Amino acid sequence: MSLLEIEKLSLRIGRTQVLKEIDLAIEPGEVMGLVGESGSGKSMTALAVMRLTPAASQMKGRVTFDGIDILSATEAQMCALRGDDIGMVFQEPMTALNPVKTIGEQVAEGIRWHTRASRAEAEAQARKILDRVGLPEQKFPLSRYPHELSGGQRQRVAIAIACALKPKLLIADEPTTALDVVLQAQILDLLKELVRENRMSLLFISHDLAVVTEMADRITILRQGMVTECGDTARTLSEATHPYTRQLALASMHVPARVRPHIDETAPDTLLDVANLTRDYPGRRRSLFSKPEPVRAVDNVSLKMKPGASVALVGRSGCGKSTLARMILALDTPTDGTIKFRGMDITRADETAMRRARRNMQVVFQDPYGSFDPRHTVERLVGEPLHLLERKPDRKERRDMVGRALHEVGLSRSDMEKYPHEFSGGQRQRLSIARAIITRPKLVVADEPVSALDVSIRAQILDLFAEINQKLGVAYLFITHDLTVARAITDDVLIMHEGRIVERGKTSEVLDHPQTEAAQALVSAAPDLHRAIARRLQEQG
Amino acid sequence: MNEATPHSEGFGEFVGRAFGNRSFVIGLVIALVVAAMAAISFFWTPFDVTRLVVADRMQPPSAEHWFGTDHFGRDVLSMIMIGARNSIAVALVAVVIGMGIGVPLGCWAAARGGWVDEALMRFNDLVFAFPALLSAIMITAVFGPSAINAIIAIGIFNIPVFARVARAGALSIWPREYILAARAAGKNKSRITVEHILPNIANLLLVQGTIQFALGILAEAALSYVGLGTQPPMPSWGRMLFDAQTLMMVSPWLALFPGCAILITVLGLNLLGDGISDIFDPRSRRRP
Repeated sequence: MSLLEIEKLSLRIGRTQVLKEIDLAIEPGEVMGLVGESGSGKSMTALAVMRLTPAASQMKGRVTFDGIDILSATEAQMCALRGDDIGMVFQEPMTALNPVKTIGEQVAEGIRWHTRASRAEAEAQARKILDRVGLPEQKFPLSRYPHELSGGQRQRVAIAIACALKPKLLIADEPTTALDVVLQAQILDLLKELVRENRMSLLFISHDLAVVTEMADRITILRQGMVTECGDTARTLSEATHPYTRQLALASMHVPARVRPHIDETAPDTLLDVANLTRDYPGRRRSLFSKPEPVRAVDNVSLKMKPGASVALVGRSGCGKSTLARMILALDTPTDGTIKFRGMDITRADETAMRRARRNMQVVFQDPYGSFDPRHTVERLVGEPLHLLERKPDRKERRDMVGRALHEVGLSRSDMEKYPHEFSGGQRQRLSIARAIITRPKLVVADEPVSALDVSIRAQILDLFAEINQKLGVAYLFITHDLTVARAITDDVLIMHEGRIVERGKTSEVLDHPQTEAAQALVSAAPDLHRAIARRLQEQG
Repeated sequence: MNEATPHSEGFGEFVGRAFGNRSFVIGLVIALVVAAMAAISFFWTPFDVTRLVVADRMQPPSAEHWFGTDHFGRDVLSMIMIGARNSIAVALVAVVIGMGIGVPLGCWAAARGGWVDEALMRFNDLVFAFPALLSAIMITAVFGPSAINAIIAIGIFNIPVFARVARAGALSIWPREYILAARAAGKNKSRITVEHILPNIANLLLVQGTIQFALGILAEAALSYVGLGTQPPMPSWGRMLFDAQTLMMVSPWLALFPGCAILITVLGLNLLGDGISDIFDPRSRRRP
């Protein structure tokens, strides 16, 4: 008998049908991958199994876990199940832990609640599981607080909490989406080991096909609340008989068709010239009398960009790549070094000179939800950089320019009357790009512009970036930890590690034959759908 | 699409949406009734409140005196109408003073950071540390008891409240990416504050405004009680409430009606504030 069996589960919230007759079964010890784009109902399925769906939701169908009918169980029965037989790990490690409690308390809490163990017993057990997830006693005593840990370490604590009582089923909802590729690989390995050791079943939710392929024995693909396909992971993805499966697989390997813009390598003009750039932040004071040791975020970085070039800045989270980008955009002042943009030193420029520079460099941010003021219309938001122009456009010109920018990113002119909340994530990223190109800049700095998007949307946005690069001759500085993005859209790559640029060169050469340890770690950790499928097929023989 | 209209939503639709908002409508009705009462009292009241008719003292509500009479035989309804004028004027102007000075200070502190922030906030703490009412008594005692001085005294102690709320709200908006985007578009801090920060903290300020308004009415009442606010024979809600205190057992309506007047006014303004912040939030619009 299956451990978890979902039969014809339908769920509606208000008048919205979120899930439609979902069927899904997980055997003991099996890893089931649940894949779909945002809004496809992946998380709702997981919450339905825990019966933690929003209060206004109505469920129909049958969910059986270990012989218990979940939908008709009492709240007391569910409380006994949650955290004991079913554990859950969430996406965002920064908010999944309570900031005012130590990690020891948080792990022991569940143990004490479910087993009625004494405090000392629970803490001993908590110690054991924290050791297991890679947080050894010497460096991570139980008395640590969440803010003292990095994102990857916090996710390990979250896993420890979920696995402390050796649940029969672990649900992991996008557990690595917020982490960089190297951490992602580590967390995935840890999950695999834990599943094998304890003979747990795992419901692994992700939008990333490559990651799911590495993890899951079987895969279920959701679309708009319905199961479109279900079956053996390697076979389902390699054969890709279902059109939607094929579409997903193609989108996640998508490389925009780019005609390389003609860059004269020998031309003397440089768009951007960064020399010996350093940025220190004040560190934490160790004692009352000692001077705090500064933290060096960017360490003696030099780089040059030609007009129209597309350069990737790749590195793990916290390596200083965003700080570097902010300094180039003059949103942060360097401690030392110079930045020359089109021959002008912007580190020491006054306001009027700066305006001219700003007109020629714009930015696209990662989060399509956070980068717009929710209270302004699209016309105002996209037109925001227009006030940098020498001559202020009048109302009609302004509307024409906004309209043209919207048209260039594939939106319609009439969208300028709307507000940001009326757009989807991908459309908002188009708006960000429209805002970035409206002043016809020479350089666009894009900080992880596609990492918050679904694979098919991501493919479209990458296409858009490639198209604009060609049409307008804009140079890109692409900041990313995702090597497939770097490979898809850039010619040159800079690998950054602990504030320094450790390797640079042509994107394909560096990523195919990484020389430094930092680059090798990134390349080997990067999930790759082809490789993952090949490995699975090989294992199965 | 009509090119001339700035928004897809016309004025008519906007009004329609405003009047579809229940708290806005209820709040507006209450505010209008109170304002009308205060306005009418300039020309006409049921009885003359400066004439004392001792024979009619302490009458319970009746057809002639709807809200009864006080210990001098004055008509309570008439007093409430005139009192509305004083109480509202004092509380409203005090809120305007507090917002007008406190919000810019708070926004400045949040935008500038560093020692400016530190200095402003420590000064704020200093003002907070003084018992507000005692200091207000001090101010009115020095400059002479009058409604104007009461307004100034209450207004000064509203400043740090608004400064603090504005600063806290602004600090939570500053790290957002759309602010970074605006900075990348070359806008300076004062312009970003006006364009992006203020609209996004407006609902916080509105709510705080209604709370301070209610406290203002009570503070005015307290000042009038010790004889440093509105001067007799001018009635104010606060004075009436405190005058009624000793007669609570004998004629409860003396406390009941001014109390209800304060309660309903504050409730109405709260609803109005809620409604306004709802209406002006574009996210409350329905998708077309």
